[in-house]
Amino acid sequence: MTIDTTPMPPERLLELDDVHVHFSMREGLVKAVNGVSYHVDRGEVLGIVGESGSGKSVTARAIMRLLAKNAIQASGHIRFRPEQGKEVEISSLPRDGRKMRELRGGHIGMIFQEPMTALSPVHSIGTQIMRTVMLHKRVGKEAARARAIELLEKVQLPKPSEMVDRYPHQLSGGMRQRAMIALALSCDPALLIADEPTTALDVTTEAQILELLKSLQEEMGMAIVFITHNFGVVADIADRVAVMYLGRIVETGSVDDIFYQPKHPYTRALLQSIPRLGQAPVHRLKTIPGMVPDPFNAPRGCSFHPRCAYSVAGRCDVYAPDVKRFPDDQSARCHLAGELPEEVVL
Amino acid sequence: MVGYIVRRTLWAIPTLIFVSFIAFVIIQLPPGDYVTSYAAQLRHGGEYLTEVQEAALREQFGLNDPVLVQYLRWITNIVFRGDFGHSLEWNAPVSSLIWDRLGLTLAISTLSMVFTWIIAIPIGVYAATRQYSFFDYIFTIFGFLGKGIPDFLLALVLMWLGFTWLNMDVGGLLSPRYQSAPWTIDKVLNLLSHLWVPVVVLATGGAAGLLRVMRANMLDELGKPYVETAYAQGLSERQVVWGYPVRVALNPFISTVGWALPALFSGDVITAVVLNLPTTGPLLLQALKMQDMYLAGSFILILSVFTIVGTLVSDVLLAWSDPRIRYS
Repeated sequence: MTIDTTPMPPERLLELDDVHVHFSMREGLVKAVNGVSYHVDRGEVLGIVGESGSGKSVTARAIMRLLAKNAIQASGHIRFRPEQGKEVEISSLPRDGRKMRELRGGHIGMIFQEPMTALSPVHSIGTQIMRTVMLHKRVGKEAARARAIELLEKVQLPKPSEMVDRYPHQLSGGMRQRAMIALALSCDPALLIADEPTTALDVTTEAQILELLKSLQEEMGMAIVFITHNFGVVADIADRVAVMYLGRIVETGSVDDIFYQPKHPYTRALLQSIPRLGQAPVHRLKTIPGMVPDPFNAPRGCSFHPRCAYSVAGRCDVYAPDVKRFPDDQSARCHLAGELPEEVVL
Repeated sequence: MVGYIVRRTLWAIPTLIFVSFIAFVIIQLPPGDYVTSYAAQLRHGGEYLTEVQEAALREQFGLNDPVLVQYLRWITNIVFRGDFGHSLEWNAPVSSLIWDRLGLTLAISTLSMVFTWIIAIPIGVYAATRQYSFFDYIFTIFGFLGKGIPDFLLALVLMWLGFTWLNMDVGGLLSPRYQSAPWTIDKVLNLLSHLWVPVVVLATGGAAGLLRVMRANMLDELGKPYVETAYAQGLSERQVVWGYPVRVALNPFISTVGWALPALFSGDVITAVVLNLPTTGPLLLQALKMQDMYLAGSFILILSVFTIVGTLVSDVLLAWSDPRIRYS
């Protein structure tokens, strides 16, 4: 595989470079992902935050090459290095090819939003895990079953040797998500993509699942791309954060930088819309005016300018901003990044 | 699972008793009885039956006893002696009439059902996974045509084609010269050369409907998240499609497989009449037309028993294939 761009630094696991994903629909072309670049280092947790329709999940599916059939992966590179010295350019692999199938499940695990429906209703938990193990590890039935029980124990399901023969409908939502995690981690992947894994769960279960993911990450050392629309979850689990808006990454940085020194007005607005403990009770929560624009006709210039409180006429609505870089690997895609007026701390 | 099967089986018993009684009552419902129609038939032929003779016949057949007594006599004979009574029309034991035709009936019906499934399921799966593709449209057209053309019309067309183009003798299942010959290779070949018409006719109609249902079921299932999970495990498209959504999409079929049992027995009556097949279907029609009460009653009884047993079988099969159905 020839890669014409610069080689990846040694700690890199995954690198997305200017990825575009479009969908051809009857109504026209939807540019769901519009030049996304981010990277994940080995053993790192990257939180991806954004509203519905910002392209978070589509980007994740582009990494897995599991996009719907009407998707066009227009341009950009996705590079992945499962082991040192073995670099794969995912974006040039055939979708249903052997190499891509080896990566899926074998080196990249994925967990989904709906634990209720994301597991096959007619196969036992054990069967589903065993299939994956037998596919990638080339082991027999007995070994795969032992591995399944071991995994179920790892995700802290009670009585794993009984749980292995249970069916999804016999489990609660939190237990199913644990089983889903066991399935995704069955072949020790280097990368785990978690697509809103706690959105469908109640807060208590959510906290437990996050705790589990953190301890598993410490134990197994895989990197996690954690997709969510919940900043609180990101603060809990992520090392770095990428904020997406309308198919673009608008800001990236370490968790601390994003939370305490957001450079992009959108990040700032999102943070202000979260209630905080100790906040003055009379204060109304700020909201972001307007709606996420229709993806068929994204605004000219900066796609956030119609909703931005700092928008400058003649600049923000005409020219698309470039990425501005700041210390500590923080960057923001805004004309005004670094020049925003200090906000009164709430 | 065992408890579930036992419980379902026990529930079937009162249903069977009830259904057998209903079957008997239905036979008794139309005005007049066998002797009335026998007399009418004789009159038609120019002969004449006196009142006394009619009464004597009624006495002889036990037609004057109360309904309940007639029913009990009928059902005990069936259960304990396998004696379904005497067909007055054919002047032969009902059981031998049915047995004679049962083998061929089951052969034709089973063959056509197997063909139906072999044709319909792969095509339905293909059409769903390649929705709106060229071949999906082709199969849709054939599906609607197959469903729209009445079976007996297709039977007539095939018979005409076979007769004019392939120079075959059509109709029936055997050429006249083999009719009463012993079973030889030639006779079997002759049977096969006749068998394809009813099998094609029955399988076409069945497959056309089934493939539409299979396609719709598959489209429902293919969009579900567990399919994406399966892809995310690194399984190939074939492994995913046949291992996961097809398994789920088949469940509605499994729950109706029981209805195939009575359908196997009665066959497609109209097609069988048109093709002059010596199966049970036309016999049932004739029995109902002639008010041949023991024959018709036996048919209705057997069909209901098959329905109940078939439902039981599909309930058990479904519980085996879909863990969500199982009682625990």
